[in-house]
Amino acid sequence: MRDRVVSEDILSTAAEWRRAGETLALATVVETWGSSPRPAGSMLLVSKSGKLAGSVSGGCIEGAVAQIGQRVMETGAPELHDFGISDERAWEVGLACGGKLKVFVEKLA
Amino acid sequence: MKAATLERLLAARAAKRAVVLATKLDDGTQALWPDEALPPALVAAAEEALRDDEAKNQDGWFLAPHNPPLRLIVVGAVHVAQSLVPMALPLGFAVTVVDPRRAFATDARFPGVTLNHEWPDDAMKELAPDARTAVVTLTHDPKLDDPALDVALRSGAFYIGALGSRRTHAKRVARLTELGHGPDAIARIRAPIGLDIEAVTAPEIALSILAEIVAARRGSKLAQRLAA
Repeated sequence: MRDRVVSEDILSTAAEWRRAGETLALATVVETWGSSPRPAGSMLLVSKSGKLAGSVSGGCIEGAVAQIGQRVMETGAPELHDFGISDERAWEVGLACGGKLKVFVEKLA
Repeated sequence: MKAATLERLLAARAAKRAVVLATKLDDGTQALWPDEALPPALVAAAEEALRDDEAKNQDGWFLAPHNPPLRLIVVGAVHVAQSLVPMALPLGFAVTVVDPRRAFATDARFPGVTLNHEWPDDAMKELAPDARTAVVTLTHDPKLDDPALDVALRSGAFYIGALGSRRTHAKRVARLTELGHGPDAIARIRAPIGLDIEAVTAPEIALSILAEIVAARRGSKLAQRLAA
């Protein structure tokens, strides 16, 4: 069993940022294959103003997920995305991953 | 996620209630179980998610468990406890320090944790350790450690550790045997406490204890001890 504590802090942060008037999207890892660095349930919180909290991959795909988050804030429609983290890319960002993961991105309405 | 769902999830967490956030991945429909109903096939998976403390996928739904925090009961507000407690908090443990000696168990020495000044057997009965609880006795004083271990051994605590040398432990085993505990029960006590990293200082001992607790929780082979 791996760490699942991290998602809970993100939810508190989401509530805080929302009370501060931010528009938000929440990305959640829903499935992983291979050596994905973050387990299912890990979350990344994205604000319209560009703030990030949490992590879905330990750095590999946060940028791409944040962009999807911005779109989801516009459309309001949730999206489900597959990511493969190549070994080369993993090397570049200093991660021993090379896993695959599925990420669900939703607006905090 | 609807803001109302987020608030209810956070409220359940604050009340230390186990809930599952179920999300239908094709349209984002959500339910907070058991407050809101789920189809029977999902209920079984939701129960499993809580039991394993692991997210599940079932019939196109994502089931994220939100269990109350793990608990750590520290008996003895001693020097080692002062190192152990602040290291346990970021690992996700809700910590209670038990010590009837009020001069030791003070808010100044243990900020941010629950202090219990009852005698350890009363405190332990009240705290009712379960499968998500670790119990550590640190007082070196049988009058305080033994009653706590007596209750811990009758509980489902996933980790029971007692500070003290092999010689101290041998005497402890004799006393606990007199209290009616059999060898299998007594073998649950990890003593000398902690992973064998040749710890000397209080922070090192705290590290070895927490490393062993994590190993026990995650099922690492480092948590297995050879029979003495």
